[in-house]
Amino acid sequence: MDYFLQQLINGVTLGAIYGLIAIGYTMVYGIVGMINFAHGDIFMVGAFIALIAFLCLVAIGITAVPLALFLVLLIAMALTALYGWTVERFAYRPLRHSFRLAPLISAIGMSIVLENYVQVVQGARVKPLPPLITGGYTLMQRGTFTVQLSNVQILVVVTTVVLMVIFSWLVARTRLGRDMRACEQDLKMASLLGVDVNRTISYTFVIGAALAAVAGIMHLLYYGVIDFYIGFVAGVKAFTAAVLGGIGSLPGAMLGGLLIGLIETFWSAYFSIEYKDVAAFSILVIVLIFLPTGILGRPEVEKV
Amino acid sequence: MSSLSAPSPKPRLDLLAALKRALLSALIAFGLFSLLIGIRTHTGSNGALVISGRPDLLAIMVGLTFVGAFVRELILGERVLEMGAMLPPALRARLQMLPKLAAPAMLAFAIALPILFYHNRYMLDLGIMILTYVMLGWGLNIVVGLAGLLDLGYVAFYAVGAYSYALLAENFGLSFWICLPLAGILASFWGIILGFPVLRLRGDYLAIVTMAFGEIIRLILLNWQSLTHGPDGISGVPRPSFFGLPFSRGDDGFAHTFGLQYSYTHRIVFLYYLILVLALVTNLVSIRLRRLPIGRAWEALREDEIACRSLGINTTNTKLTAFAMGAMFAGFAGSFFATRQGFISPESFTFTESAMVLAIVVLGGMGSQLGVAVAAAAMLGGFEFFREFAQFRMLVFGLAMVLIMIWRPRGLVATRTPSVFLRNRKKVDAELVKEARST
Repeated sequence: MDYFLQQLINGVTLGAIYGLIAIGYTMVYGIVGMINFAHGDIFMVGAFIALIAFLCLVAIGITAVPLALFLVLLIAMALTALYGWTVERFAYRPLRHSFRLAPLISAIGMSIVLENYVQVVQGARVKPLPPLITGGYTLMQRGTFTVQLSNVQILVVVTTVVLMVIFSWLVARTRLGRDMRACEQDLKMASLLGVDVNRTISYTFVIGAALAAVAGIMHLLYYGVIDFYIGFVAGVKAFTAAVLGGIGSLPGAMLGGLLIGLIETFWSAYFSIEYKDVAAFSILVIVLIFLPTGILGRPEVEKV
Repeated sequence: MSSLSAPSPKPRLDLLAALKRALLSALIAFGLFSLLIGIRTHTGSNGALVISGRPDLLAIMVGLTFVGAFVRELILGERVLEMGAMLPPALRARLQMLPKLAAPAMLAFAIALPILFYHNRYMLDLGIMILTYVMLGWGLNIVVGLAGLLDLGYVAFYAVGAYSYALLAENFGLSFWICLPLAGILASFWGIILGFPVLRLRGDYLAIVTMAFGEIIRLILLNWQSLTHGPDGISGVPRPSFFGLPFSRGDDGFAHTFGLQYSYTHRIVFLYYLILVLALVTNLVSIRLRRLPIGRAWEALREDEIACRSLGINTTNTKLTAFAMGAMFAGFAGSFFATRQGFISPESFTFTESAMVLAIVVLGGMGSQLGVAVAAAAMLGGFEFFREFAQFRMLVFGLAMVLIMIWRPRGLVATRTPSVFLRNRKKVDAELVKEARST
């Protein structure tokens, strides 16, 4: 029971990180209808920017953890959003009216570019960061086994929830959110009705990248190490989460992220840690075969 | 969209606007590069990270962006780069004749290469590598180009072929010539097993699921230590023999039997011709298959799945045959890879390989046999060219993928010849051919 509880806590934390990345996939898919393959690498770039920003802040003497974290969050979100914007502007926008495979292939190319760019400029070694937020609460103690809820985990989950609330408000209540929903329904019609489609799509990428940057910071704080390759696996899992929840659906992305996080954690805890990625990929396959629209997705009707 | 507004060249040089846009680009570049390039993280002596500034490199990158954006604004303005339109019409007509001559010329060069470069081991190895990718490209072309199914996990079947041969040879001592068909059969079998559940998915989803399968197979090869030796891989994979004659120094060896001086090059040349023949078989089979009912069904499926279904084509079986056929050739290529390398490990079958084969097919022009061969030669040749900058070459590769998609989304060979025609064969512009449709 207590082992289960501990894994539940770990799984929810992991799921929050996946959920934040999954939103980027689901938004872009909903509006542009493409799989933004480079999104996982945007997450990785966000983690690197956060790491470097933090080291810089320490170097100039800002060592108070809450202030430093807040500044890192701002810097990482802003700069990663710039990456998201640039990727869309450079690699996807020229292909908006091209044949359907072109953006996907361009995205794969962009993913390779980002991965190798970070490897070239920052080196291939793993980058460790000493734990910034320590401590936590002991929820339960039985014998030698204790159920821990660390402060990092609280921070991850709380930040995710706050961001989700802000984001849902943005989509539901603001002008931009309305434009986004209009574009999601019908790109051509939205542009006829005066929605600036290009700008809306750009903002979608910017928001997705900013959320991925937050996920990158979480990953950095939670695991303490990053390398240039974390984007691929995290990206695929987050995409799985988006598909599982129903691609195009925002609550679905969060739910999917949570489920993938839980499944992965429990799989490693009770079965085998070597095959945890196999488990995540298998779930993707199984979901797509038996539930192609995901849990909260709408079925798509193919018309002639 | 851009093609509509394209033929409106700027009336005058708008220096100020160009400068403004270039400054903006430089500002964005500064934002992008400031932390990632401007500051380098090192692992310090006590294991913690230390940082050091790289303002010079940052300045160079931002400066380059500025100059590049400025020049681009001045030359192009709002116009879109149109390579073809810049050539005089006479030259363009000549260029259109080129593909007809290119195929025989390339084939002749491929056959003559071991004679021309007999003493150049490097060229022979490069030729073998290029031909392996040409074969993989042609195999994937059946799946992507003809049937229109986007497969991002093609390397899985390559891995199945390679491991089939290596494991069969290791455990049962079977020879290459027995294992080659077996590897193909096993790979196509896997193609059917994996294809069966997923082929009712739409384009993008299919792509992701095949990618997931590719990763699953790699992870299993990596973790099933007792069978595959995990990350250590399988070494000592037996070399091929010349129809039973080994390439060895002994009395029963190839050299002795034919009364030749023993040379290591014999095997390399033999491997070269082996992969050339395998690749040509792939090419021949796919060209012939296009004319068969099944091939026409593939192309029809690519164009319109619903129409196919209403005309009574069994779409599942049609897709499965395409999948299995592509997988079979990957299996052949895989067992060739195993016997050439003599050593295989899961390292060789990463997603990057799949992306590369797909890139070859797409950049060459999906469905075009010649384009795939040209793209494979250009890409791997380019890789060799960048060998000295090994760390940059994947960067350049990714960038090339993006740029070619922007400039020539239909690939290098952007026309298709129809498989079925009335009286004379007319070229079809690739714009009219659907590829990997999903909606």
